[in-house]
Amino acid sequence: MNASALILSRLQFAWVIAWHILLPAFTVGLASYIAVLEILCITRRREVYLALSNFWTKLLAVSFGMGVVSGIIMPFQFGTNWSRFSYATANIISPLMSYEVLMAFFLESAFLGVLLFGRKLVPGWMHLIAALAVAGGTLLSSFWILATNSWMQTPAGYQLVNGRFFPTNWLAIIFNPSFPYRLAHTVVAFYITTAFVVLAVAAHYVRRGRFEAEGRTMMKMALGLLTILVPVQIELGDMHGLNTLEYQPAKLAAIEAHWDTGRRIPLILFAIPDDAHATNHDEIAIPDLGSLILTHDPNGLVRGLKDWPRDERPPVAFPFFGFRIMVGLGVLMLALIAWSWWVRLKGRLFSSTVFLRACEFAAPIGFLAVIAGWTTTEVGRQPWTVYGLMRTADSVSPSLTGIDVALSFAGYAIVYLIMYPVGIRHMIRLVQRGPAAPVTEPDAIESGHPGRPIGALQPADVRGAPGPEMR
Amino acid sequence: MVPALIPDFVPAWIFLLALGLFLYVLLDGFDLGVGILYGFARDPQARSLIMNSIAPIWDGNETWLVLSGLALYAAFPLAFAIILPAVYFPVLVMLLALVFRGVAFEFRYKDAPHRTFWDHAFSYGSTIATFAQGIVIGSYIQGYQVEAGRFAGTSLDCFTPFSIFTGFALLFGYGLIGAGWLILKTEGALQEWARRMGRRALIGVLIAIAVVSAWTPLLDRDIEQRWFTWPDIAIFIPVPILTVVLAYWAWRALARPSSDLSPFLAGIGLFVLSYSGIAISLWPMIVPHHYSMWQAASAPSTQVFLLVGTLFLLPIILMYSGWSYWVFRGKVRADIGYH
Repeated sequence: MNASALILSRLQFAWVIAWHILLPAFTVGLASYIAVLEILCITRRREVYLALSNFWTKLLAVSFGMGVVSGIIMPFQFGTNWSRFSYATANIISPLMSYEVLMAFFLESAFLGVLLFGRKLVPGWMHLIAALAVAGGTLLSSFWILATNSWMQTPAGYQLVNGRFFPTNWLAIIFNPSFPYRLAHTVVAFYITTAFVVLAVAAHYVRRGRFEAEGRTMMKMALGLLTILVPVQIELGDMHGLNTLEYQPAKLAAIEAHWDTGRRIPLILFAIPDDAHATNHDEIAIPDLGSLILTHDPNGLVRGLKDWPRDERPPVAFPFFGFRIMVGLGVLMLALIAWSWWVRLKGRLFSSTVFLRACEFAAPIGFLAVIAGWTTTEVGRQPWTVYGLMRTADSVSPSLTGIDVALSFAGYAIVYLIMYPVGIRHMIRLVQRGPAAPVTEPDAIESGHPGRPIGALQPADVRGAPGPEMR
Repeated sequence: MVPALIPDFVPAWIFLLALGLFLYVLLDGFDLGVGILYGFARDPQARSLIMNSIAPIWDGNETWLVLSGLALYAAFPLAFAIILPAVYFPVLVMLLALVFRGVAFEFRYKDAPHRTFWDHAFSYGSTIATFAQGIVIGSYIQGYQVEAGRFAGTSLDCFTPFSIFTGFALLFGYGLIGAGWLILKTEGALQEWARRMGRRALIGVLIAIAVVSAWTPLLDRDIEQRWFTWPDIAIFIPVPILTVVLAYWAWRALARPSSDLSPFLAGIGLFVLSYSGIAISLWPMIVPHHYSMWQAASAPSTQVFLLVGTLFLLPIILMYSGWSYWVFRGKVRADIGYH
């Protein structure tokens, strides 16, 4: 095995998945939001919902396009860089990933075209169905890919024969112990992420006095959802943590930077974990609180990392700090929600400049929490790809050299560093342009003209200053 | 285990994988081909129409690539685990090119200051992705070095004169069906131009088919025997004969503006024949020279579990994908698409 091919393959996978996950984190929630707006368009028949739906659909187009192309890369990573893992686990995880394509990807891509370009071509209810299909597709996609990921974290329903996994119970494979918690925690995280983006955009408009009606509607919708989901998320996170304690105790010990098994353990707020000496430096801790939070009992027994051989411990700093960043951001979210209710009760929800500014700054908060949480759970799984059963070091493709992977990693790095800044800048520009629907649509459509093929184009159309593509 | 009692699901998966791959080659083939031709179009108005002719459908088409990759993984994991590392760089280059080309649809309109850059991203992205796929096909026909069920060569083995030739060949192939699509979707001067490009692509395709047909039997004794010994020669002789017939039909359809659909159909026909030609040459191996489809198959339980859902979902997918094509039927409109 080539050590540099291994470490570079891990870095490459972390790189492509970290960038990719930002997009579902946004589009899962956004697709559902657009579906809700489309329903409101039909039931309430207010102009503002149509304007908002059209506006967010434009942002969905950019982020979904980026999500598709960065998502296609993912399954190929399994084959090119992790062929031994792929071969060993194929019988179990390949159908789960295939079902994601069959149930979700086709649904999303077929109906996304109709959602983006079809408003003039199909009746309103069919456009709504397209919106619902895209939203449903993103949720089905989350279901299957998180089932796959959860099985790697808490494998179940399998039999291990000559180093290969064979299925014995498909229900146990899909609904493996960590799956329900991971699915709920992740999907709620995605909804929260989107809601904070919507809130930030709305606050921006309200503060600047532009698109005020749209801004106020969005603020109320986003804050309403967040008021429910942020507390729910904290409860779900706690349940997920208890699940990790039961099924992945070494990961949990790493999250808590907790080395020695014992009762009445402290809650470590801050420390510099030292893997080599199996200890922490500069520790700040609250006595007994660790046991209370983890086992809901101050005398609860919690296993420390020293219970596991050195080569079965994850690198502690990543899950430790990742978890603290995620929880810290969660507390900030909760504080912002509480603040919103304070200003709302004082009748200054739309006029408190400080609060509106804070909402604008909160735009990336969900993304940061998602990345921190994802790092916690994925690095916490190490040194395994299939927890406790297959090592990451035994998963990499044997033919790869360090130079091969260095070249491919450089390729992914360059392409993502072009695509993401450009995509984000586009989305910011769309936000600056705002949700106002153009007053006059191009003539050819409004007149009910069946279309304007190239042959029918007049020279004026071609040379006219605002050509179709300049709009 | 009593083998006799377990039904054999491998033939069903061979069929499904072949279908998925063919639909990918056909569907993304024509929209990659449109991207290749885009590089040769100069007029900005025409470029917008060319791009809009595939804007609503390209990502659905590309989904067949993911499905085919995963069907290979699910049904024949040994092949997946050997082939993918063996074509490490072509796959990398294809994926990166597909990224550029995919985001170019959106960015071209929204990033006006860098329109030229995104125009190039679209046309070069399509071209490079196609070339990389051609290299994958060519190196696959030649086969890989395998030891103990693992790819044992280096990541550069897949670059051979033959695979580079098939890379170029695929450019003409996708260009041909891309031109067929544009003839179907456009009118007037742009359609005329597409016919002209289609004729050039067809010449390239015919040369490529002739060269590959002569070259593959030379690569491999088994392939030579398959095609040139009695009685196989009698069974497979319709393939080259039909190819000649279709080539003639394609030329006529491109040269004389009669039907807008027939150039596209003729192009698809040539793809079907080339595709079956490769299948006949390699059957029943899925890792050429090393493993047959039965040897590389996954556990029967896995094949059944996925087969049940696939047989249920695939018709539904074909139905609504067909519907989304139907929504955007007819000649491409300047007002539907990215703007």
